[in-house]
Amino acid sequence: MNILVCVKQIPDPAGPQELNNDNTLKREGKLILDESDSYGVEIALQLRDTAGEGEVTLISMSPGEPSGLRTALAMGADKAIHVVDDTLHGADALSTAKVLAAAVQRAGDYTLVIAATESTDGYTGTVPAQLAEILGLPSVTFAKSIRVEGGKVHVDRQTEAGYDVVEADVPAVVTVTAGVVEPRYPSFKGIMAAKKKPLETLAVSDLGLDLSSWGQNIVSVEDAPSRAAGEKIEDDGEAYLKIVEFLEEQKVI
Amino acid sequence: MLIWVFAETAEGEGVSTTTLELLTKAREIGDTVECFIASSDASGVAATLGEYGAAKVYAVDTGDQLPGAAAAAAIAAKASEANPDLLLFATSYDGRDVSGRLSARLDVPVITNVLDIAVEGGAVTCETAIFGATKIVRTQFADASPRIVLVRPKSFGVESAAGGSAAVETVPVPDVGTAGSTRVLERHVEALEGPKLEDADIVVSGGRGLGSAEAFGLVEQLAEVLGAATGASRAIVDAGWVPYSKQVGQTGKTVKPNVYIALGISGAMQHMVGMKGSKNIIAVNKDGEAPIHAVADIGIVGDVHKVVPQLIEALKSRG
Ligand SMILES: Cc1cc2nc3c(=O)[nH]c(=O)nc-3n(C[C@H](O)[C@H](O)[C@H](O)COP(=O)(O)OP(=O)(O)OC[C@H]3O[C@@H](n4cnc5c(N)ncnc54)[C@H](O)[C@@H]3O)c2cc1C
Ligand SMILES: Nc1ncnc2c1ncn2[C@@H]1O[C@H](COP(=O)(O)O)[C@@H](O)[C@H]1O
Repeated sequence: MNILVCVKQIPDPAGPQELNNDNTLKREGKLILDESDSYGVEIALQLRDTAGEGEVTLISMSPGEPSGLRTALAMGADKAIHVVDDTLHGADALSTAKVLAAAVQRAGDYTLVIAATESTDGYTGTVPAQLAEILGLPSVTFAKSIRVEGGKVHVDRQTEAGYDVVEADVPAVVTVTAGVVEPRYPSFKGIMAAKKKPLETLAVSDLGLDLSSWGQNIVSVEDAPSRAAGEKIEDDGEAYLKIVEFLEEQKVI
Repeated sequence: MLIWVFAETAEGEGVSTTTLELLTKAREIGDTVECFIASSDASGVAATLGEYGAAKVYAVDTGDQLPGAAAAAAIAAKASEANPDLLLFATSYDGRDVSGRLSARLDVPVITNVLDIAVEGGAVTCETAIFGATKIVRTQFADASPRIVLVRPKSFGVESAAGGSAAVETVPVPDVGTAGSTRVLERHVEALEGPKLEDADIVVSGGRGLGSAEAFGLVEQLAEVLGAATGASRAIVDAGWVPYSKQVGQTGKTVKPNVYIALGISGAMQHMVGMKGSKNIIAVNKDGEAPIHAVADIGIVGDVHKVVPQLIEALKSRG
């Protein structure tokens, strides 16, 4: 079973976050594999291994070195497609989906396209639905688990009230909720093997796309009004009384 | 300005609160407000949608498909006749699916995670928050019509317009080929105790500082004496201590209760995004430098295992 996994490579969210002069997010320095996508990679590897055949191909669009892709290859993915192009600077969700769709179409036969429900830095949560629409495929979002049987994919889909069991024809786009599996750590052997795995680098022109504007303009960025801190109280064994008092003042008790 | 609101219903509860929030805002910024709904029972909710300001409801019955593909196709078809200027969706399971597909189908951008919308002389400006809601970004669409906006829940208040029932127009279900092959085979509904997290007046949330899944009992006991809903940080949802439906924050729910009580929660920016709008915040965290103390009205620097049992006892003895 061939599976394509869309993975985002992002600046380390633990590091300082800054904007460029044009109000786009600074994406300098080493990019890492978005943790949100590590769950999809893990699920894809498990599905491939259960099927006993096929390949896991990673697809990513980002500037710079593909260091996040190397991490996912080291986890066990078979190969990767990296779209790198200065003209994509500041691309919006729809343009990103167009690029990913074009890369999917080059990738040959596949059963599933896996993405995360939402990315860590963009968290639009719309790229996968846009991708599915462009490809003309069914999509099932918010998967907790995925099984493929008899030409269908079965998904336990998280809902507001619990979960639904949803089926769809394959190929399909499925998005994976964070935290539903334990992503494996790359082993030393995996890291060495990753260096030799195929990694194709493409420009937008290789995909036959012409993308130039994102349909929206940032008009201002301002500091949000900050919430003033109130009283900080060291607990001396009676601090709970302060809470009781406060709740009384607010007339909730 | 003609505004369409994508209406949704909550399991067994009629129109979702977020839909009412969107309708209330749409009335303020638009001239005519209409709804689009994927439902087999639009006439059952037409009274409520009308009460909150919808003049008309377009309904497409997508049956047991996930609505994404078919609803997007139906909206696109109707939009080419009616030319709405602005389409509002909630950041919900279906809202994201339908708006994403619609954006691709119409080849127009969608602005997501919006917290406020302003209309001035035909221009639509959307406000979003970045960097843990420390900065506010304003974005405008480069082109007019239709503009697609995904709004985060709890961004707007709810007010009735005392309108009469909305007229319902049934829209045929478009054939979207294999994209429409999704089928919901089973539904599993987990029982919910106490008030709903999004609607509660008081929320008591627990984090990793509780130390163990069992200690979430402290959160539940305190919530019970206060008649509050329980919430959680993602750390303990990921650890499997509590279900995802309790998660507050960027990838969970947005809450704006009168009082939010954070127990053993550090106050990571992804958590704060979901609760910073609370009217009052109380925190118990043994680390005086924890970011949650910087937003708390009352920040107790102390151990949850000491402070919370004392608090529960004190509240109980008040009767
Ligand atoms: C893309 C993305 C999305 C995310 N979305 C969310 C989200 O929606 N919601 C969310 O909550 N998080 C979210 N997170 C995770 C977030 O970054 C934090 O990791 C998480 O909120 C931390 O949870 P916590 O405060 O319970 O745990 P910690 O950060 O580990 O904090 C525990 C706190 O408990 C205190 N403590 C320890 N022992 C005691 C004691 N005995 N008494 C009192 N205090 C004690 C400690 O001082 C500490 O401050 C997201 C992260 C990412 C990357
Ligand atoms: N630039 C990208 N490269 C690869 N995959 C992406 C990219 N942007 C978004 N995705 C995929 O779409 C998911 C949702 O992203 P978003 O819509 O930004 O929340 C991500 O977690 C990825 O799986």
